[in-house]
Amino acid sequence: MILLEARIELIRRSLPALLGGTVITIQLTVLILLFGVFFGLIFAFGQVYGIKPIRWFVNVYEKIFRSIPELVLLLLVFYGPPSLGIRISPFNAAVLGLGLRATAYMSQIFRGTFKSVGSDQITAAYSLGMGKYKTFLFVILPQAFRVFIPPFANEYAIILKDTSLAYALGVAELLRQGQYIIAVAYDPLTIFLAIAAIYFVLTFGVTRLLKVLENKLKIPGIGVEIG
Amino acid sequence: MKDRDGPLLNIKGLKKSFGDNLVLDGISFSLDTGENKVIIGPSGTGKSTVLNCINRLVVPDGGEIWLEDTEIVSCSNINEIRQEIGYVFQGFGLFHHLTALRNVMLGLIRVKKTPKNEAKEQAIAKLEQVGLLDVLDSYPAQLSGGQKQRVAIARALAMEPKLMLFDEPTSALDPELIGEVLNVMKNLAREGMTMLVVTHEMGFARAVSDEIIFMEKGKIVEKSSPEKMFEQPENPRTREFLFKLDELYGKGGE
Amino acid sequence: MLEFLTEFMIIDIFVSNFARLMSGLRFTITLTFVVMFFGTIFGVLLALGRSYGIKPVSWLCTAYIELIRGTPMLAQLFILYFALPAYGIRFSAVTVAYIGFTINCAAYQAEYTRGSIESVGADQYKSAYSLGMKRWQTILFVVLPQAIRWSIPAWTNEFIYILKYTSLAYIIGAPDLMTQGKFIASRNYQFFRVYFIAAIIYLIIVLISTWIIDKLEAKFKIPGFG
Repeated sequence: MILLEARIELIRRSLPALLGGTVITIQLTVLILLFGVFFGLIFAFGQVYGIKPIRWFVNVYEKIFRSIPELVLLLLVFYGPPSLGIRISPFNAAVLGLGLRATAYMSQIFRGTFKSVGSDQITAAYSLGMGKYKTFLFVILPQAFRVFIPPFANEYAIILKDTSLAYALGVAELLRQGQYIIAVAYDPLTIFLAIAAIYFVLTFGVTRLLKVLENKLKIPGIGVEIG
Repeated sequence: MKDRDGPLLNIKGLKKSFGDNLVLDGISFSLDTGENKVIIGPSGTGKSTVLNCINRLVVPDGGEIWLEDTEIVSCSNINEIRQEIGYVFQGFGLFHHLTALRNVMLGLIRVKKTPKNEAKEQAIAKLEQVGLLDVLDSYPAQLSGGQKQRVAIARALAMEPKLMLFDEPTSALDPELIGEVLNVMKNLAREGMTMLVVTHEMGFARAVSDEIIFMEKGKIVEKSSPEKMFEQPENPRTREFLFKLDELYGKGGE
Repeated sequence: MLEFLTEFMIIDIFVSNFARLMSGLRFTITLTFVVMFFGTIFGVLLALGRSYGIKPVSWLCTAYIELIRGTPMLAQLFILYFALPAYGIRFSAVTVAYIGFTINCAAYQAEYTRGSIESVGADQYKSAYSLGMKRWQTILFVVLPQAIRWSIPAWTNEFIYILKYTSLAYIIGAPDLMTQGKFIASRNYQFFRVYFIAAIIYLIIVLISTWIIDKLEAKFKIPGFG
């Protein structure tokens, strides 16, 4: 039986390595989110305003990248480029692989957001003499933002947790750091619980913050539901 | 036909507060078997709360409610007592996942432990009584408001209650559907059911009730027979209220 | 570039490794169904405990749900596979897969079910109590039937998620489709091609499952409701 003091000591000694892993995890998450938001927005526009071939492409893209397991995606992105003569680092493969997936989901979230602001709002704004840009900035954007937050918070949590899959590519993210430590220590449970705690704080903490933001922005009487 | 002494329902000094809000401030009245009384008054004066206290969906802070020989506020077998009291309310409250027939059967099967076949027969009889034999297998979402409320009435009647409570049964209905529900209620009254109704439908009140109770700010302001209430109300507040209603709804519904 | 395009010529690999791939697929599908079955039952119980249980029970259920949903599935598998042996509990990779995925699935199913339970209107309770129904009867005969119907879209979504996430069995070595793929690739060094085959198999299975689920959902709809 390992004493509590020994456990705490172990966590203390491992903290630098764990924090290093956490930094990598956060980097992955941020880059993947940026990737997904950027391309997801483009795809969403393409699907709502684009010509038929573009709409078709986005539909097919989404179907494919929501049906393939994340792990498989990561492995494909890692092993694919070498045959093109391109070497891709595990880190970049992770960002690209999970980014491609994030794009598919973010695109759907954006589409739902676009739909949620009723066209009568836009009509009213134009009638008041607001031009296209003012309408977008002061009428559409504020409302859309509120609708956007809950599914975005959800997607953030998923991406954060999925970064643990980068383990399979050898990326030195949090989970892999944990494995390295365990290889020399003899108390895997303590380390894993510490890792779980870090993940929990990162998901729970941020989604809580986003919820506070959501509540602050809440318009009384309007329920927000994206199907 | 009264076969016992004393009223069926006897309410004494009922008190209820929600937070700082004193909603019921000493309500007392009684109903004899076969009597029908209507409670009227401005919104938010606690009319619904009186009904909700009678079947203890809301627990009063003070006072007594007697259903025959049982005191409801303190009794320990409220579920059995609730079987004796039928309750129909504004939102219908039909069980969405069950057909009209099964809505009526549920209480019989699960609460009264009636065998399925008997329950079905009884349910069909009640639905026939409210004129809904043709929608037995329809789901609530497929029914009109008036039909929904009639199913709700059949569901309550199936339990063979001694007393029926109606909380603004027609307030959520489109005007042309109000009549079918009021007709069912009038027939019930004619057949001798003891009824306590909260409503704005003055025509119904005049035609069917034995006494009208006017409540305001948690107290009973006046209670008298329909003729007296409408022709010669004693209390100025009563007169004011009836005048307002008159302006809005005209004298009597259907 | 031409060499890249030839990466998509996979037929011969598929054919020569057919048996092994199918064995992996069979494990994946079985795992998914078993996990969904127990995970959903367990999840409904958790949701009931959280929504209706006494304070300590409700708190425990909530803690379980939030902790499992707030940490990566892979970390949970690692705890079961690498941490427990230090305490003398040595589960096989297959056992870890079944237990770990079920624990995870239950947490998510619980959350979806809770949402549905909370969306059942107060008027339903009002009507049931007025008829003299007790609390447990109301929950069993009025609330749950409706809550379950509402949960079905989320539950079926979860089925697809589980199907995809069983691929994590690859990392601990349980013999699912991906593990078999790794075995094949480690011998013919055609990593991209083999995993591409796996991707296509997953794609087909998911599309078929989605189609079946849509058909089933249409069949069990309450007329006019939802």
